[in-house]
Amino acid sequence: MGVITGKPRRQVTEINRVIARGQSYGAIDDVVDSPVLAGPLRTPRWWWIGFGIAMSFLAMYLVSVVVLIVVGTGVWGNNVPVAWGMPIINFVWWIGIGHAGTLISAALLLFRQPWRTTINRFAEAMTIFAVVCAGLYPILHLGRPWVFYWLAPYPNTFGLWPQFRSPLDWDLFAIGTYGSVSILFWYIGLVPDLATLRDRARGKFQRIFYSALCLGWNGSTKGWQRYQRAYLLLAALSFPLVLSVHSTIAMDFSVAQLPGWNNTVFPPYFVAGAVFAGFSMVLILAIPLRKAFGLEGLITIRHLDNSANLMLATGLMVLYGYSIEAFMAWYSGAEFEKYMIFNRIFGDHWWAFWLLITCNGVAIQPLWFRRVRQNPRALLVISMIVAVGMWLERFVIVAVTLTKDFLPSSWADYRTTFWDWSLYLGSFGLFATLFFLFIRLLPSIATTEAKELAHHDAHHGSDYLEEVRAQEAPYETPVVKGAQA
Amino acid sequence: MWIQPGQARGVITVQLGYGRTHAGHIGNGVGFDAYALRSSDSPWYAPLEVSKTGSSHQLVTTQVHHSLQGTGEKRHIVRTGTLEEFRAHPEEPEFVHVAEGKPADLYPDFEYTSYAWGMVIDMTVCIGCNACVTACQAENNIPIVGKKQVAVGREMHWIRVDDYYRGDIDDPELFQMPMTCQQCEKAPCEPVCPVGATVHDHEGINVMVYNRCVGTRYCSNNCPYKVRRFNWLQYAELAPSATELSLANNPDVTVRSRGVMEKCTYCQQRIAAARIDAENQDRRIADGEVVTACQAACPTEAIVFGDINDPESSVSKTKTSALNYLLLEELNTVPRTSYLAKVKNPNSELAGEEGRAS
Repeated sequence: MGVITGKPRRQVTEINRVIARGQSYGAIDDVVDSPVLAGPLRTPRWWWIGFGIAMSFLAMYLVSVVVLIVVGTGVWGNNVPVAWGMPIINFVWWIGIGHAGTLISAALLLFRQPWRTTINRFAEAMTIFAVVCAGLYPILHLGRPWVFYWLAPYPNTFGLWPQFRSPLDWDLFAIGTYGSVSILFWYIGLVPDLATLRDRARGKFQRIFYSALCLGWNGSTKGWQRYQRAYLLLAALSFPLVLSVHSTIAMDFSVAQLPGWNNTVFPPYFVAGAVFAGFSMVLILAIPLRKAFGLEGLITIRHLDNSANLMLATGLMVLYGYSIEAFMAWYSGAEFEKYMIFNRIFGDHWWAFWLLITCNGVAIQPLWFRRVRQNPRALLVISMIVAVGMWLERFVIVAVTLTKDFLPSSWADYRTTFWDWSLYLGSFGLFATLFFLFIRLLPSIATTEAKELAHHDAHHGSDYLEEVRAQEAPYETPVVKGAQA
Repeated sequence: MWIQPGQARGVITVQLGYGRTHAGHIGNGVGFDAYALRSSDSPWYAPLEVSKTGSSHQLVTTQVHHSLQGTGEKRHIVRTGTLEEFRAHPEEPEFVHVAEGKPADLYPDFEYTSYAWGMVIDMTVCIGCNACVTACQAENNIPIVGKKQVAVGREMHWIRVDDYYRGDIDDPELFQMPMTCQQCEKAPCEPVCPVGATVHDHEGINVMVYNRCVGTRYCSNNCPYKVRRFNWLQYAELAPSATELSLANNPDVTVRSRGVMEKCTYCQQRIAAARIDAENQDRRIADGEVVTACQAACPTEAIVFGDINDPESSVSKTKTSALNYLLLEELNTVPRTSYLAKVKNPNSELAGEEGRAS
């Protein structure tokens, strides 16, 4: 999917750069690491405000979980026939968000897309936190969440084993693999940066903290060689996950025989939807982040432009998915299928369908224009609309489908409750709390890779070649500080 | 005010009853006293006037009427014809086999060497009285969930009577269809359970293992008949010692806890009791020895139950009827419960007459 971006269509200009001109190694470390290493009292006010808001939402999440466990699944609006509702919608939504992280970090690395470098770190963090938010849902969603481990194959005195034909069991492995590989990949990538932080640490606590985390990194050639190998191997390992995880989630639906779920187009179209939602989240996070930390030189307009391109491409794939769903419902000639699509478009929840088409189909059309793609404010607005649209898509697929299936006698409406929403809004608190802690404690840009990029730009970039030609003077080596890149 | 299909204009039906005032904290305040309208001075006739109060009262029901027009008709749920149509093709009535499955499965068929339980429900004789629902509720310790839970669609009945109507809303034909777990041979609920809490037993019953169930509810989603019921809250009483309610429970049936799925078992406990008797006497269970609760309560004997491995059993014989059909047959779920299509014999002289009772 990364190849879709293609070559930049104009000459290398300031706006099309993946890293601003003339970045030195030390300057990169300075800009990325100094907010991390600043003492607690020097934490910016916006961070405290944001963290406070995030924590209050997290508190709401915890209250919702306690109420759920004490009272029961019945605090939500689920019923028969809508046995899956908000929790599963939100689960699929969150897991989709994570996909951009994996795509950026693994797939684009293997496709040698240098523009991924400065956004991969926080996109990976976003993936992990989204997987945390998502992964809790299927557990909380159970009637008896405390026995969730029965889904895992472990030797037990019952002599019982999970039932491997169930897609829910495939989910367990899909999410488990996704979570663990993402964490490993993220952490391995962090090690040299953590060493830089250790070297630059001012206080004792900071030194101990980052020393413990950087696993005794000493910057030896052997270390670098092994690191590069491990990183590449993990990238190769996580690349298939971009395709497999959401395909497995899609099979939760397509394996079932419900009209509106039993659909072979689901796996690819869910993957496209996941990348689509993921890139919208990348932009929602990147645009304020680069502003707040003054990272415009590292997360450039080119990054935003490319992400928007990917959003447009995957958005169109999703739109194709919607039309194929409708076409196949008609083409099948089956009454159940035909009525399902009729119900989606004109039924009780027609507003959800049309709103979703507006958000995911109409709202992304301005991205055809470069002026829109390179305008952070416009992108932020479009990304937020897409995030809402993708939620609505899951609402339509999960809840609206279940309201009306085979026998009209069991048709019923679905109404969400306060606790449905408090858990969902609370999960934003969980995500945001983790994200605020991340940007405060860890480098949100991969400095090692940014330095490689700066090196490349300085020694092999077109600017450098022009400079050499113009001045016929040898290039001056930038000042090197901290860890070598 | 709740106007039913086919209700004549200017007629208001009030269910007789006193309302409940001394029924404990759950029952108090449920229902209304209809005898306010009917005093002993004038038991049969009293002048009444109906006026709008401006206030509203929430009514909840587990029985909603559904139209068999449009998509309802194309689903071939209720199959019905007239006696004439039946007599025209007694071997293969045209109205019975309107949709058929094409068997195709990746998994091998089960083999049944002893019993294979099955059921037939005759829609011609079913009068929709709901006695089966009540009997089942008493037999299987089915919790009463109350108005609020019914209002959000969480009634727990293992058997229900679906109501469908066809024709003009003022003069409809009504159809009742008792609906319970169809005990599918190729049950869609089974392969989707991640912990194997719903499995096929050696006699073909799709059984629920309550203490293995973790409550994913996938089985309910994948059930085309939507006969599975979930314990959304702790509906059954968790009593440390016996209370009036727990003493009313059937000791042969498990009381289910919060967070597990439940559904019709074909009265497993009655089968087990019959099996013990039969094995003690070293014989097979005889036909008619196992009577399910719904079957026992049915005043018109619309429900027939027994061993379909025995070609001489009444259920096997009933299933050979030309009227026998499987609900949603095209889904290849191969239900053990089948239906006999409804045969009507309308009086042509009454047809079209105003206010025809149906």
